[in-house]
Order: sequence, then C-alpha cells, then structure tokens
Amino acid sequence: MTVHWLSAAQTAAQIASGELTASAAVDAALDRVASFDETIGAFLAMDPTAREVANDVDRRRKAGEPLGPLAGVPIALKDNLVTRRVATTAASKMLAGWIPPYDATVVEKLRAADAVIIGKLNCDEFAMGSSTENSAIKRTANPWDTSRVPGGSSGGSAAAVAAGLCAGALGTDTGGSIRQPAAFCGVVGLKPTYGRVSRWGVIAFASSLDQVGPLSRTVEDAALALEVIAGVDPKDETSIDAPVPRYRDALTGDVKDLRVGIPHEYFDGAIDADIRGALERAKALLVERGAQLVDISLPHTRHALPAYYIVAPAEASSNLARYDGIRFGTAATDAKTLQDRYMKSRAGFGPEVKRRIMLGTYALRSGYYDAYYKKAQQVRTLIKRDFDQAWHHVDVVLTPTTPTAAFGFGAKASPLEMYQADVFTLACNLAGLPGISVPCGLTGEALPIGAQLIGKPLDEATLLRAAHVIESVLGITKRPKAVA
Amino acid sequence: MPALPRTEVEEIALLARLHLDPDELSRMELELGAIIEYFAALAQVPTEGIPPMTHAVPMDLRLRADEPAPSLSPSDALAGAPGRDGDLFVVPAIIGGGEP
Repeated sequence: MTVHWLSAAQTAAQIASGELTASAAVDAALDRVASFDETIGAFLAMDPTAREVANDVDRRRKAGEPLGPLAGVPIALKDNLVTRRVATTAASKMLAGWIPPYDATVVEKLRAADAVIIGKLNCDEFAMGSSTENSAIKRTANPWDTSRVPGGSSGGSAAAVAAGLCAGALGTDTGGSIRQPAAFCGVVGLKPTYGRVSRWGVIAFASSLDQVGPLSRTVEDAALALEVIAGVDPKDETSIDAPVPRYRDALTGDVKDLRVGIPHEYFDGAIDADIRGALERAKALLVERGAQLVDISLPHTRHALPAYYIVAPAEASSNLARYDGIRFGTAATDAKTLQDRYMKSRAGFGPEVKRRIMLGTYALRSGYYDAYYKKAQQVRTLIKRDFDQAWHHVDVVLTPTTPTAAFGFGAKASPLEMYQADVFTLACNLAGLPGISVPCGLTGEALPIGAQLIGKPLDEATLLRAAHVIESVLGITKRPKAVA
Repeated sequence: MPALPRTEVEEIALLARLHLDPDELSRMELELGAIIEYFAALAQVPTEGIPPMTHAVPMDLRLRADEPAPSLSPSDALAGAPGRDGDLFVVPAIIGGGEP
C-alpha cells in the first residue's frame, strides 16, 4: 500500500521496524497536501517544524533511543486546539494572527508520543456548525464528492483523513462534531466519555459538552489515539482520574453475547433508505456474530435538539465573552471607550457565532434563566436517565450517525434546518457518554454511511470492539474519487 | 413565525456586547424568533422535581497544594495584546471618551 494510505498503526509499525522512515512518511503526507489540498481545502496552516521533528525521530531511532507509540506518524489537528508557536484561529477572524504561547494537553501528549504534527485543519468557526461552511477562512470539500460538504464542525479533520493527507487527526465534538463529519467522509470518529480526555487548550465552545477525540481511517487507530490522549490532567478539573486501558486489546473480533440496544426513536423518523439498509446489514452482522439485539426506548430523545440548542449557546455566550479586544485576538484599537472597544472588536465574529451568542444571552438573561437554561438542564437529566435505564438491559446502543449522507453546499437554507443535521448525535453529549461513528458502506450515489455506537461511561473499549466488527465486514474499501 | 421585537434584539446585543448593523438586526429578529419558538416545545416536558444536570459526570473538586509553580511568563501572556505598557495590558477609558 502507498505510504499515504497506511493507517497510523501501520505507519508506526513500519517506522519502528525500519521498513519506513519518519521523514518518508511525513514527506508522503506533505506531498499529498501539495497535490490535493487545493481541491479539498482541509488545511489552514502547516507546521513548519514537521520535517525537523521527523528527522529527529529518525535520528533517535538510529541511535537506539526509545520512541513513543506514534513515532513518526503524520497527524493534523482541528484548528481549535492550541499549538505553541503555530497560528491557531478556530477558523475565526477574531483570532487572525494569534500565536498561542502554549500547547493544549492533547498536543503535548501527541508530541510525547513522538507523533509529527503537520498542520492545522479547517472547521466551522469556533466549532459551531455541521458543514464547515461557517469557517470564516475557507471552504472544505468532501473528498467523495467535492460539490458536497464534509460535515462539521471537524470537517477539515474528516476530509484530511479521508483524502490521505495525514494518517490521523484530532477533532472536537460538542454535539456530533467528530461523528457527523466522520460519517460524511467515510472515516472513524470517536467522541470519548466527557472527562476522558483533557480539555486544557481546547478553544472552549460549550464546556459541559466539549470533548476531544480522534478521526482515523481504522478503528485500531482510534483505539491507539485514545490510549495516547486519554487521562486525568491537573489543568482540567473535569478530567476523570481513571486508568487508561490498552484499548487496542479490546479489538478481539468477538461480540458473542454482546447486548446491542436498538432505540426505536432513532429509527422511526425520516432516514435515507440507503442508510436504513446499511443499519439493517450492521444489525444482521452483529446477530450473525452472536450478539443479541434488544429493542429499547429512549423516550426523551426528541427533546435533545431543543435542549442542546439552549445549553450549548448559553455556555458559548459565556465562553466567548473572553474575546474582548483587550488581551489577544482581533481588536478595534480606534475605539474611544472600553465598551466601544468590546462592541467593535466583537463585530469580527461570523453570523452563526453571533447568532449563538445572542441565543445564549437571551436564554441566560435575568428572568428567563428558569424557563430556558434550567429547563434544558432538567431535560438533560431526563435524557441521561433514559440511558441509565437502558444500561440495565444493553451494553451498547446502535443508531445511524446521521439521517442523510453528505449534503450539498448551501443546501440547508435556515439555521434550524442545519441544526437538524445533528439530530442523532446530540443526546450522547448531553448525557456525557462515549460515541463512535464507524463506516458502514456507501449509498447508491457512492457517499459514505456511518453507523453510530453509544456506550456506557468510560466503556470506550466495548464501543471499539463492536465498531471493529462492523468495520471488518461493512467498512469502506474504496478510496474517495476526488483524491484517487 | 413570530419575529423577536427589534428593541429586544437590540437589548440582547447590548448585553452580549455585540455590535450588529441594521441588516444583522433585521435578520436576527426573524432567525431568533424562529429558533426561540422551536425551543418553546420544551415547556411541555414535565420536569417538576427533576434536578438540573450541570455536569455529565459526578465530580468532586480536586484540591492541590497552594504552592507557586511555573506558569506563562508575562511576556508570553502579553504577546498577543493589542496594547501593552511594560507588563500591563492597556485598555481604553472606562468612562467617557479620549485616550487612556
């Protein structure tokens, strides 16, 4: 297989054995970026030190020094993960020209694992969106059909991995922003349990929902990446102090007696016929391998969307108050008063970000708090209780990741219509649960389909085990036509 | 769909410290009106006695020793500031006009 299509685990193994050098692996990725990123538009910035870091890995290997589990593997990062000395914008004009003075914890962990960070990836501005069309910087195309969106908000991450521009990427998921673009681009996307991965250095959107996770070409790579990035962090009070297992050990191919919940609420509504068919094949496969399907109900599912679009904008309106034109970021330096400085500097936010700040401010303002934010938080408890009940009967829940395959640019006419794209992924964030989207075949139009598995808190191992079985039979073996 | 009154949109924009031009204000009237109408469905969900969920996982505040430790240097922390004076951020006047 050509170097740029190797998985992260294969790349690391070949570099460790001496079959491949880190420099060759990184050069292959950078060549791909040079050849195809004009078409795809995934990258916002390249890390100028990538070749140097790769050379250092090769030198240390020759010297017989110990190397980390991702040694020499070319990785790229969603641009809402801060990187020391490399421009970080969250695809917003508000952060144009900002050079962070520190690395996010996940970035430190990748560096400690000897991964080579090659660049920063496009996303919806401040991770707010479902198509990457809200990027204030550029448009990213779906490698399977460049007239369609890659999904969002981690659209650059999904497109780069699908197009073979890097061996793997990190994204963030607040309401589906890893899983939905992974489904649209035919890659694996894992949102870990809330708290499993540190949020230090993640540009905050909705702090009670945000979580970092990998987008990868294989389930094995998702397991490997989680081993590297998971763990408690003194800099993130919400990170969970629990041992990090060797997730790759979970990929046994065995799902005998696994109890798989099928929540009718996720299958009752409008779902594209090809996606419905793919999910039927996934169910049949799991049964054939000895798993049990259990019909379950998650009765508050339909309230997840309105609850999410109160909680997330409310937290966003608070988090984004820091962009005030004083300490960093875009500043209207011609303003005469402090208030004027705030108002004029913050005009640099794009339309969706402004909309969410306005919605959040509306929901949190005095006299409205109980009717909106508190109510949404109560509904959140009900959604979590639905899952708590389900875990008495099942080990994982299987649903489609999205009701449709990737849609065209400009296809969603109103904000509310765009919000519906997240209908199957939001509940997972509201309940703090781990979720994964795994490729599950192609539609008649050759667009990828994703199957979503949702698991118990901290039980990523079971998710990965079940996803691995689906991947082994129903995974996509074709390459996207725009980058073949 | 019910639009949000212009005065209310302006009031929220001020609370959010967002300058919106007249076109943006008009769009917000309609878009926020539609989204808030959609939220209103939540009012029908019975939630009496249901505790609000503030965190996805049970959390105990972890304490650490109150000891100084290395952190960002003042020059790193100030590197992105639009205005600085030595180790200080410079801000415009809080009240009235004129330069600080």
